[in-house]
Amino acid sequence: MNDTAKTSNASRRLGLLGRLSRSRPTQPGETYGVPGSGETRYLSAATVIGMLFAWWLITTLGWVAPLFLPSPQAVIHAFITISENGFTNTPLWQHVLVSSARMLVAFFFACLFGIPLGLAIGMSSVARGMFHPLIELYRPIPPLAYLPLMIIWFGIGETSKVLLIYLSCFAPIVLGCSAGVRSASIEQIHAAYSFGATRWQVLRHVILQAALPEILTAMRIGIGFGWTTLVAAELVASREGIGYMVLTASKFLQTGVVIMGIIIIAAIAYLFDWAIRYLEHRLVPWKGKV
Amino acid sequence: MRLQIEDASVVFPAPKGAAPTEALQNIQLTINDGEFVVAIGASGCGKSTLLNLIAGFLAPTSGDILLDSDLVQGPGAERSVVFQNHALLPWLNVQENVAFGLMLQGVSKAKRYEISDRFIDLLGLQNFKKASTYNLSGGMQQRVGIARALACDPKLLLMDEPLGALDALTRERAQELILRVWEDTGKSVFFITHSVEEALFMGTQLIVMSPRPGRIAHRFDLPFSRQFLQGTPARSVKASQEFIALREKVLDIIFSDQEML
Ligand SMILES: Nc1ncnc2c1ncn2[C@@H]1O[C@H](COP(=O)(O)OP(=O)(O)O)[C@@H](O)[C@H]1O
Ligand SMILES: [Mg+2]
Repeated sequence: MNDTAKTSNASRRLGLLGRLSRSRPTQPGETYGVPGSGETRYLSAATVIGMLFAWWLITTLGWVAPLFLPSPQAVIHAFITISENGFTNTPLWQHVLVSSARMLVAFFFACLFGIPLGLAIGMSSVARGMFHPLIELYRPIPPLAYLPLMIIWFGIGETSKVLLIYLSCFAPIVLGCSAGVRSASIEQIHAAYSFGATRWQVLRHVILQAALPEILTAMRIGIGFGWTTLVAAELVASREGIGYMVLTASKFLQTGVVIMGIIIIAAIAYLFDWAIRYLEHRLVPWKGKV
Repeated sequence: MRLQIEDASVVFPAPKGAAPTEALQNIQLTINDGEFVVAIGASGCGKSTLLNLIAGFLAPTSGDILLDSDLVQGPGAERSVVFQNHALLPWLNVQENVAFGLMLQGVSKAKRYEISDRFIDLLGLQNFKKASTYNLSGGMQQRVGIARALACDPKLLLMDEPLGALDALTRERAQELILRVWEDTGKSVFFITHSVEEALFMGTQLIVMSPRPGRIAHRFDLPFSRQFLQGTPARSVKASQEFIALREKVLDIIFSDQEML
């Protein structure tokens, strides 16, 4: 008997309602009832291709004015012209570089100060008592709300921009790392002590090692927050940067350039994210396997 | 080596409103050199608390813990612990896990791998030296846990239900392995189990504990592990009249402690 016949037999027995309310028996090699199991690659590819196709169709048929939604070709065209001629007399690569540099500097310092602070908050009640309220106080505030203050304090130069990005990376990194300290099981810690470890050795060889996956996750979340703040940071008195490019283009209703800029930001952010995921794969291959 | 528990009691302070828990009351216990002391008893009778006292993780509310007439005042490498869920470090491979204690003690790399290889061989792990611990079966992981504790060269090995997570067949093999390793190394062992058969088979001395307050209710001297090590097959030992009679006696004691469910 072939597969189709078996399947239709089973569905006939269960009926339409039965199929909806109860999962079919799985094939050998799968597990019954695992939430969200199944292959998604083809469906995801189809979604992306379908969306691009819809975009192309809508714009080619002229259903939406190019001012609101330029065609994919127009966006590609904008990319080519700006790559060749630059935007506001600055080459495209320089815009990309300036934004990435602001991000990287801010992210670097957020990690440099945030990771040790987070670990200290997780490890010591003194550090937690002192710093946790400060972090919790500023964390929920949207960066745009304290941008004006940054400008008053630090002027309109690079400092206030980098600082704004820094602050938005900083809180999630600190909080993630402080939670990561609890990753080591109490048995792992007790075992180490019973082998003669000092407190410092337990911190260095057990607690920090076990926290590494959470530290990397915190970095990933932190850098994500950083990107969301980049455009806001480049809102003020910038002459360079992707955020600046997008905002300026929108003033001149160059929607193609705006969309291109957004895609570039997405691409770079995706690259950063991928880099950290790669790091995770290399550094903590045991993540989720214990 | 001689570990002495002198009239130790442990009282856990109560969460608001409830009465404090008398986890251990007036415990008197001596573990002599080369002895294999097994503790058994219903859940919550204070076995792990007793092990934590010996390991130095917990200070007694009253009484003393003495190791060779020195007061135990915290954990130390001469009393290494093996846990039920093995507590291996997944970022280290098998060899590094076994050498972990020696690394903490500052033993040079060449020296500590030389020592740990001996215990890797002893526990039958020679083909898994470079393996990741999380890819091993439960029984293999527990062998790494034991090799790791032994590599520290403890005077006393503390095991809290080390075989509790293993399936019945693996468990019997592991019992025999532990006894052979014990004979080989001559270590003293304090061993907690839920299984009466395991307790009788492994120990030279059995303490049966009772709950509320946790105390040592009965003590037995056991001949069975020696019989096994002198060549009687494990199954013959466990099927002997003497073994079965004692098993029923101990089961009677424990069942009468167990609360009705
Ligand atoms: N940290 C603790 N705080 C409060 N009560 C505890 C603590 N640890 C154990 N107990 C209590 O002490 C008793 C003995 O526990 P334990 O030694 O873990 O028993 P066992 O290992 O024999 O099952 C139990 O009643 C338990 O609830
Ligand atoms: Mg216990």
